[in-house]
Amino acid sequence: MAISMAQALNAAMRDAMQADSSVVVFGEDVGTLGGVFTVTAGLAEEFGEDRCFDTPLAESGIAGFAVGMAMQGFRPVIEMQFDAFAYPAFEQLASHVAKIRNRTRGAVHVPMVIRIPYGGGIGGVEHHSDSSESHYAHIPGLKVVTPATVEDAYSLLREAIDDPDPVVFMEPKKLYWTKSEASMPVRTAGFGQASIRRTGSDITLIAYGTTVPTALEAAEAATEQGLDIEVVDLRTLVPLDDATIVGSVTRTGRCVVVTEANGFAGIGAELVARIQERCFYSLDAPVLRVTGFDVPYPPPLYEHHYLPGVDRILDAVDRLEWEDQSKSA
Amino acid sequence: MSERSAPGRGSGAPHPDAGLEAATKNEVQHLPSDSPVRFVTPDGELAPRAERNGYEFPSEKLLLSAYRAMVVGRRFNTEATALTKMGRLAVYPSSRGQEACQVGGVVVLDERDWLFPTYRDTVALISRGIDPVEALGLLRGDWHCGYDPMATRTAPQCTPLATHMPHAVGLAYAARRRGEDLVAMVYVGDGGTSEGDFHEALNFAAVFNAPVVFLVQNNRYAISVPLSRQSAAPSLAHKGVGYGIRSEQVDGNDAVAVVSVLSDAVAFARTGRGPVLVEAHTYRMDAHTNADPVGRYRDASEAEEWIERDPMTRLEAYLSAAGVLTDSDIKAANDAAEDFATGMRPQLNANPEVHPLEIFDYVFAEPTPQLREQRSQLEAELAQEA
Repeated sequence: MAISMAQALNAAMRDAMQADSSVVVFGEDVGTLGGVFTVTAGLAEEFGEDRCFDTPLAESGIAGFAVGMAMQGFRPVIEMQFDAFAYPAFEQLASHVAKIRNRTRGAVHVPMVIRIPYGGGIGGVEHHSDSSESHYAHIPGLKVVTPATVEDAYSLLREAIDDPDPVVFMEPKKLYWTKSEASMPVRTAGFGQASIRRTGSDITLIAYGTTVPTALEAAEAATEQGLDIEVVDLRTLVPLDDATIVGSVTRTGRCVVVTEANGFAGIGAELVARIQERCFYSLDAPVLRVTGFDVPYPPPLYEHHYLPGVDRILDAVDRLEWEDQSKSA
Repeated sequence: MSERSAPGRGSGAPHPDAGLEAATKNEVQHLPSDSPVRFVTPDGELAPRAERNGYEFPSEKLLLSAYRAMVVGRRFNTEATALTKMGRLAVYPSSRGQEACQVGGVVVLDERDWLFPTYRDTVALISRGIDPVEALGLLRGDWHCGYDPMATRTAPQCTPLATHMPHAVGLAYAARRRGEDLVAMVYVGDGGTSEGDFHEALNFAAVFNAPVVFLVQNNRYAISVPLSRQSAAPSLAHKGVGYGIRSEQVDGNDAVAVVSVLSDAVAFARTGRGPVLVEAHTYRMDAHTNADPVGRYRDASEAEEWIERDPMTRLEAYLSAAGVLTDSDIKAANDAAEDFATGMRPQLNANPEVHPLEIFDYVFAEPTPQLREQRSQLEAELAQEA
């Protein structure tokens, strides 16, 4: 029976809670309601209100409370409900969650998971569609993870809960209802290993989370032009799999990085910089970025103009071809 | 003077102005006394009984240990300030004048309890038995926290305001879930009560009935901003009332009152009756830190007034008059404080050992490939320098 990404995440928490009594799930509306996206559905019923519970509506409080619980040996999995609602907790994440291991020379560590449903494409109103991964990836001490497949959703969340470090777990809202025939439990590659979702020899598309299906679609469409495109899914932004990226781009010589987040000072910029540092002499064209625009995430009626789709990716691919033709001309 | 009583301290008459019965109960339970609870006058004499607001006298033993710790704390403040002038500490936020609060919150705790201090609470740390050199790690620049929080049950000193408060609530709640009856004592300043995390922590503590005692050291200034710009509430203790938290205000320069009210608060929290907020009215006699031009925002005359209410002389006068403290006890306490200060001096005068590669050691449990690369880079740089 096919299972959705939301169900896979639910199963991951359920299995983790069964395996380890110190795992607790809390946040806003995660208990009785089961989460606004039903990701925590049934957990309170199954494990009781001590294990899955609603908190006051206060994101900083939720994150700070989790720090204290983690100091007492619990493994909190907290939900931030929507991407932009996590900003009030930013200080807790940046100043404490990320730094407490370092501050205390390893004496205190806070193994916790901060689940953040993120990204657009679902017709959400303001503050419901941000891609905030760059903010977290920029903070030393936080791991940042984002699944693109149902299997990874389960496996990466289990690993995040088991991880001794705090993990910001970015859940692509747009992919919550994508389904797979995968049977749970499933284990995929671990943190820090990218996955080549489609092999190809001409161009590397680098994507993660929300943009992986779009990149795959673009790669498929490009076969009509006779192009053989490879798609790399990063899976985890921190730690980052430099080796797979370098291996792929070295082979193809061309690369486009695709992110839904606005591009300026973002993950895309980091990737392009790393690629030119490591693959400069293998490159046949400049590394390009396809990203959202540098505007606040637009209202729902505009979002299809904002989101990097197949056409925008193919346009970038064309620009790479142009670079190549000019060289050989 | 109010004769109102808080729960757990005998019966209290309902507030005469109260309307609804439920509201009456709530007000009687949670409202602080009209003026700060006091046991000893600034002259060291016994204050009128009514000013105790029903609280009990602490034991002589507790008061004597508080006195000795305060003498050490005062000496420590002087020494640490001197060390900034010698360039041995990067900065020192003095708590001179706040010794009753620094010590009072610690002497009422058991070993099992947790302390959540701020950057100004180094005297509280040493009162808890933390090695002074380790306690000064943050301010000296050795590392962000010089002691082991798990071993000492003392959280790292928090530099951002009030952000440690939700940690204390989560920890206390989690401990109770595990069946431990520990209490978390959280220190925060008057400025910190304006921060969002102060309010989120209070609310969480009340909703989850967490055994936490919030000690607000109202020293009247947040760097340069006076209390009048910080809050329009009748008292900072009133801030607990809206969250359903039992709240009290105490004369923070009267060590007897501080110890009494906090002992009561800890007992209340420990027995599962919920969190307590205590506002201690005190005064920061020194500048915010050694780097702060205090003369730009307050008159010297103001500090003079507070010197007359010095918590040290006040407790000493009271204990002496009560026959609990002899001149030789006072001398012994001062000698012990002097030994403490001179004992830490050579260690702080030595240049701290710094291991450059250690900066990579505790970012994650296992370093990422990127951190390994950067560590190798620094290692190579160090090898070249050598």
